[in-house]
Amino acid sequence: MDRIGLGLCWAAGIALCLIAAAIVGFMLFKGLQFLRPDLLVTSPVASQDQSKSGGFLDPMVGTLILTTIGTAVAVPLGVATAIWLSEYARPFWLARAVESGVDIIAGTPSIVLAIFGLIIFQQSFFGFLSFTAEGGAVFGRSFLTAGLMMSLIALPLIVAATREALQSIPGHVREASYALGKSKSATIRRVLIPAARPAIGTGAALGMGRIAGDTAIVVILLGATALQAEGSTPLFGTLRGTGSTLTSYVYNNSPAGEGNAPEKAYAAAFVLLLIVIFLNFSIDTIAGRRKMEAAWKG
Amino acid sequence: MEGMMPPPIRRIVVDEPATVVAAPAATSQTNGSTPSHSSPVSVTAPRRRAASLAGGIERMATHDLSILYGDKAAVKNVSLPVRQGEVLALIGPSGCGKTTLLRSLNRLVELTATASRQGRITLDGQDIDALEVTQLRRRVSMVFQQPNPFPMSVFDNVAYALREQARKRPRKSELGPAVADALQRAGLYDEVAADLAHPALRLSGGQQQRLCIARSLAAGPEVLLLDEPCSALDPGSTEIIEDLIVRLREEVAVVIVTHNLQQAYRIADHVGFMYLGELVEYGPAEQIFGSPQEQRTQEYVSGAFG
Repeated sequence: MDRIGLGLCWAAGIALCLIAAAIVGFMLFKGLQFLRPDLLVTSPVASQDQSKSGGFLDPMVGTLILTTIGTAVAVPLGVATAIWLSEYARPFWLARAVESGVDIIAGTPSIVLAIFGLIIFQQSFFGFLSFTAEGGAVFGRSFLTAGLMMSLIALPLIVAATREALQSIPGHVREASYALGKSKSATIRRVLIPAARPAIGTGAALGMGRIAGDTAIVVILLGATALQAEGSTPLFGTLRGTGSTLTSYVYNNSPAGEGNAPEKAYAAAFVLLLIVIFLNFSIDTIAGRRKMEAAWKG
Repeated sequence: MEGMMPPPIRRIVVDEPATVVAAPAATSQTNGSTPSHSSPVSVTAPRRRAASLAGGIERMATHDLSILYGDKAAVKNVSLPVRQGEVLALIGPSGCGKTTLLRSLNRLVELTATASRQGRITLDGQDIDALEVTQLRRRVSMVFQQPNPFPMSVFDNVAYALREQARKRPRKSELGPAVADALQRAGLYDEVAADLAHPALRLSGGQQQRLCIARSLAAGPEVLLLDEPCSALDPGSTEIIEDLIVRLREEVAVVIVTHNLQQAYRIADHVGFMYLGELVEYGPAEQIFGSPQEQRTQEYVSGAFG
């Protein structure tokens, strides 16, 4: 019996390796076959002739902008939540409520977040985040609105990673800081956050991978268009405008989407895969460093 | 150390009522009668210090101090002086309240939600409740059982207490001399001087503990509390730290909690024996280990229980 169980576990491990190798191998083959340097530096153009429809510079920039916004919002929010949950968490019922809230956000499918975000951000109160049509209808779709919703995808990962790191710091380390005449807030700023920094980095990298890989929010809240700035302010205009990311580009150019350029979809998917693999690799690096640093006992 | 003692045979005298010794009075009495300084069987360690420094000033004192966790008393009516120029060791079996007593001296015990206190603690004659708690903890600093340097460089660890003490964050160059001085006093400077940017958590355990002592000394404390500082260390590191403690007692009043009777004998000038929250006996180390006045002290130091 033991041998059968062991064999199954072994086979499962090998199968997973093979599947991962197949994905990377297939994308490598397809990607290298279709990926040309000019695809990376030209914007997409609406054209029936695929040789003139350009590359995916805009989607790459879009992925970058969206990941940046999402992470920039999620990291301070997530770290603050984790600190409160780990170091304060009073009253008790509120801590439970916050915990459940984070769990619910973590479990909500991103398409639901996207629809919810669209309803929220179409309120005239949030008009400044996106484009307002003549007559006051708020479009609700922009890098800002999509980025805010994307931050909710990254948030639970950052909260979980940070909180786990804070809870793994033994109580006597906090007391050592108090015993030197430091306040609780100084202890958090000078000891606990530095100690949790590798974990915050891990959580942020995980979150970035999720944001870069999400499609639903892009299609619904970003418009999946070429970069279209709103208004004349250079940076803010772009952020208020719509755009696309690699994921929506893959979707739209694949045979399932409206475009009909599977080779470009493969090339873009390959680039996306590279980005995510790079993020995962950096997580391992950070986690390895953390193992070396964490040395307290008790 | 406990492992070397015989299995615990509980010989607690039930009939005899627990008498709390009034600390200073007992000291003067026993000094006058000059008891024979013969060591009991279990303690044969050499004394690390030459002789007690005469006439230390009293820095801290507890007056009828009781600490309760909920309604369970962990420390009962303890009155105890802490003098500059001497090492005061608190000994006693696990759960006897010695660590609680130590933690009450810098009000760290208040971090436990259920803890409450009766009686007074004074620092230089002033009630410690009248002091700002952060101020008190700079004057009465503490080193813990497990070495716990902060996850930063050696320099930043020692400079930690100095920073933010001032409104403006002092620059590294201004802190340099103070950091070097604290490291020197903790006997660590020569080992780390070459690379003060070295991550503190990569030092050895003994070095980490000396770094923690340096970190406490940098705050310029008057009293240094040590909670079993050597129990996680190897004998070599323990010896270095014991030497260090004996040297430090000239500058600061030192209170050390220890499970290790030999250690208390080696380094302490005065010893307080605690049992079940009470201070059973307080006196010079020679008295506690050589000719204890209380039967329970006698039994404890001779290894009858513990």
